[in-house]
Amino acid sequence: MNFTVDWLKRHSKWLIILPPLVYLLVFFLIPFAFALKISLADTAVRVPPFTDILSVSPDSHIHLTLNLGNFKYLFTDEVYGLSYLYSIKTAFFSTVICLALGYPMAYAIARTSKSTQSILLLLIILPFWTSFLLRVYALEGIIRESGLLNTALLWLGVIHQPLQIMRTTFAVYLGIIYSYLPFMVLPLFATLEKMDHSLLEAAGDLGSPPWRAFIDITVPLSMPGVIAGSMLVFIPAIGEFVIPTLLGGPDNLMIGRVLWDEFFGNRDWPVASAVAIAFLVLLVGPIAIYQHYNTKQLEA
Amino acid sequence: MQERVPPLLISILCVGIAILYVPILVLIGYSFNASALVSVWGGFSTSWYGQLLHNDQILDAAWLSLKIGVVVSTGSVILGTLAAIALVRFKVFRTRLLLTGMVNAPLVMPEIITGITQLLLFVSMLHLFGWPHRGFTTIVIAHIAFCTAYVTITVQSRLQSADRSLEEAAMDLGSGPVRAFVDTTLPGIAPALASSWLLSFTLSLDDLVISSFVSGPGASTLPMVIFSKVKLGVSPDVNALACLIICAVGVCVLLAGYLMRRSEHRRVLDAQMAEH
Repeated sequence: MNFTVDWLKRHSKWLIILPPLVYLLVFFLIPFAFALKISLADTAVRVPPFTDILSVSPDSHIHLTLNLGNFKYLFTDEVYGLSYLYSIKTAFFSTVICLALGYPMAYAIARTSKSTQSILLLLIILPFWTSFLLRVYALEGIIRESGLLNTALLWLGVIHQPLQIMRTTFAVYLGIIYSYLPFMVLPLFATLEKMDHSLLEAAGDLGSPPWRAFIDITVPLSMPGVIAGSMLVFIPAIGEFVIPTLLGGPDNLMIGRVLWDEFFGNRDWPVASAVAIAFLVLLVGPIAIYQHYNTKQLEA
Repeated sequence: MQERVPPLLISILCVGIAILYVPILVLIGYSFNASALVSVWGGFSTSWYGQLLHNDQILDAAWLSLKIGVVVSTGSVILGTLAAIALVRFKVFRTRLLLTGMVNAPLVMPEIITGITQLLLFVSMLHLFGWPHRGFTTIVIAHIAFCTAYVTITVQSRLQSADRSLEEAAMDLGSGPVRAFVDTTLPGIAPALASSWLLSFTLSLDDLVISSFVSGPGASTLPMVIFSKVKLGVSPDVNALACLIICAVGVCVLLAGYLMRRSEHRRVLDAQMAEH
C-alpha cells in the first residue's frame, strides 16, 4: 500500500505531462509517419485508395513492399520541382517586403507612449486573428476589375480601362503581404520593446550619429525578432493555398495548390503524400531555425 | 524614452495599418449596399443580412462551426493548460524537448501539410478500428491539436510571471500541491485561460484548410461554405456573412485582450500590495 502511494507521488507529474503529450503525439506527430507510409504505397482502386506496404503471405511471412516510384515521379514530372521553386521564390520576396514594411512599423510602435502603444498593438492583433479566407476575400473587393480601386481610378480619370490586377502575380504578392504583415510586426515589436535604450544614448554621447547607432546597436539586438517574424511569414507562405487559389492566375502554381489538386482533383493519395513529405523535408531547416530563436527568446 | 518619432516612421506605420484595414472597411461598406452590383452604390440596406437567415446551407454550417468551436476551445484549454504547467513547473523531464517541439511546430507548419497528414491518420484509423468517421469528430480532433499549441504558449507566459509565494505558503500551511495550486495560482491565471478559450474559438471558427481535408461528406463548416461560394465569384450575401464573422472574431479578440490586461493589472497591484 505504502509502495503504491510512494509510486504515485513520484510519478504524479506524469498525470499532467501525459495528456497533452500523448494527444499531440497521436494527432500531430504520428500522422507524419502515416504520410510517410502512404507515400511509399501504390495507388489502388479501393477505399482507402492505396495499397498496404505490409502484407502477410499464405506461408505467414510478412512482406514489406516499398514503392519509391512516387518520389521518382516528383523528379520526372517537372510541375513539382517548378512549383517548389516558385513557392520558395514567392515566399522569399513576400517575406523581404513584409520585413521592409513591418520593421519601421514595429519600430514606430515601440517608440510611442504606452497608451498609444496598446491601441496600435490592438490594431495589429485584430487582423492577426481574423481568417485569411475572409481577409483575402475583402482584398478581392478592392482589386477586382469592378472593385473599388478601378472604380475610383476610372472616376478620377487616371486610367481609361480597368487595371487587370486579379489573377496576376502582383495580386498574389499583395495578398500574402496583406495577410502576413501582422505575423512580422508582432515578434519584431516584442524584441524592439525590450531593447535597452540607454545603449543608444551612450552611443549618441560618444558621438555616434543616430543611423550609425541604429545599424550597430538596434539591428543586431532585434535579430531574434527579425528571424522569428521572417520565419512566421516565410514558412506558412510557402504552403499558402487560399491566396494563390483566390487571387492568382493559372501561372501562380504554388505547392499548396498542387497538393490540393493532387488530393481532391486527381485523388492520387500516395503521390500527394510524397509531395507533402518532400515539402516537409525542405521545411525542416527553416523550422529548426525558428524553434532555436524562439526558445532563446522565451528564456531571455 | 519619450523622444519624437520621426515623421517618416509615422507615415509608414499609417500606410501599414491602412493596408490592414481598408479592405475590411470596404467589405463592411459593400455588405450594406442595396445593389447586387459591387461597382454601383444602390443605397443603404440590410437586406443581405436578412437573406442569411433564410439560407439553410449557411445556417447549418454556422451551427456546425459553433458546436465545433465550443468543444475545441474547451478541449484545447484543458490540454494546453496541462502542457503549460508541465513546461513551466517541471523543469527537467524526459520528453520535455519533444513536448516543446510539438507545441511550437503547429504555429509555423503550413496548414495544408497538417491537414493532409491528419486526414491520412484518420483514414488509416477508420480502416483499422472503425473509428473515427470523418466529419464533426475528426474536425474537432484536428482543431484541438493546433489550438492546444496557442493555448500552451499564452498560458505558459502568464504562468512564468505568476508569483509562487502564495502557493508555497498554502503548502506550508498543509495544503496538498493540487489544492494549493487550485486555491492560489489558478485564480490568477483564470483570465489567461478565458482569453485563450476565446482565441481558440476564433481559430477554430476561421479554419478552412485543415477542416476541408479532415471533414467528410455532409459536414461543411462555415469557412468551407464561404470558400465554395467565393470561388464562384462575389456574392453580396457572403459580404454580409463575412462581416458578421469578422465582428464575432473582433469581439472575441477584444474580450480576450481585455481579460489579459486585467489579469496583468491585478498582478501589478498584488505586487505593490506585497511591497507595503
